[in-house]
Amino acid sequence: MHDVAKHDDSKGQYFWVWGALLVLTGVEVWLGYRQVFEPVRMLEVLLVLSVIKSALIIAYFMHLKFETALMRWMLVISVFGLFVIMYFFFFPDAGRILRLGVK
Amino acid sequence: MADATLQHNAAAAHGVAGEYEAPLFGAYSKKVGMWLFLASDSLTFGALLFAFSYNRIYTAWPTPFGKDSIINATVMTACLLSSSLTMVLGVFAAQRGDRAWTRLWLLATMIFGSLFLVLHAKEWTHLIHEGLTLPGFPKSIEHGAGDYAKISAGVPQFAATFFGLTAMHMLHVTIGVIYLGVVAFRKWFLPVLGIIWLAGFFLIPPDNVFHYLINVLLIGLIVVSVILFLKPKDYDAHDVEVSGLYWHFVDLVWMFIFPLVYLMSTKV
Repeated sequence: MHDVAKHDDSKGQYFWVWGALLVLTGVEVWLGYRQVFEPVRMLEVLLVLSVIKSALIIAYFMHLKFETALMRWMLVISVFGLFVIMYFFFFPDAGRILRLGVK
Repeated sequence: MADATLQHNAAAAHGVAGEYEAPLFGAYSKKVGMWLFLASDSLTFGALLFAFSYNRIYTAWPTPFGKDSIINATVMTACLLSSSLTMVLGVFAAQRGDRAWTRLWLLATMIFGSLFLVLHAKEWTHLIHEGLTLPGFPKSIEHGAGDYAKISAGVPQFAATFFGLTAMHMLHVTIGVIYLGVVAFRKWFLPVLGIIWLAGFFLIPPDNVFHYLINVLLIGLIVVSVILFLKPKDYDAHDVEVSGLYWHFVDLVWMFIFPLVYLMSTKV
């Protein structure tokens, strides 16, 4: 809130964010269509790009960057923590199946 | 948004009774409520995406999407990203009390969202005609027997996860368009929604899955009518901002669906 007046006045930054999101999407499409990496590495790269894009959307378009620190951390930590729990639920079994070679 | 918070804090500091309850986390309660809803909804999509990834790990996953599908999905992504920009501009217009521009920006957002839905529906119809289908789908006369039909028979998880994930997202976009329509035009949006539903219902042939899915608009029409009847109000800048949060979330979710579902299944 502290920076509100300043950030509200500069609409240009939203056009920059929009442009950056379009460019990142273009990079994703190029990587995906040209199959630049092998699948697992490709998944990692695409996920990193997706996380960057979602961070831009959350920070600027959803204005979380301009909320109080308490609000920011409450949301980020709780959602991230729950995704980590979900990860531990799903993936050990998927890895086990992969090792056993079950198709 | 933050303006509203500032105004509220100033009012609270001077002991003036505000329109909203005492700020929680430095924001008005409607906004905190929407953030909490979005946090819970992100878990819904998170579970679906994890399930998709889980299936993809242990299955010989097909990679059927060719150039046309990727171009179509890329244009859809550009539509959603552009809709987020127009939504931000709508929020700013609402904050400076410019109703005409608020409506115009919200209308632009709705048009981008609707374009996304139309392109997605076109993609679905194409894939279903090519043979990618689920047991409950109506049988198309032109039902194909090519690669997609083989995928449906051999790896049913592909069709299930593709249609499940994208249908859930399409539902969210549809709700978002209706939500913005109500915030921008209030009761004047209802006849438009009704006409779109009727046109869709009678113009889309019964062998197309959207002949049935279009009824989501009828449900939306009923729900919105009840809400507007029970609580008729003039939506203010706070409402525009809160609806914007929802809309950006829909955009955000697509940023994961697009690479995972489309780009990781690109035909080499």
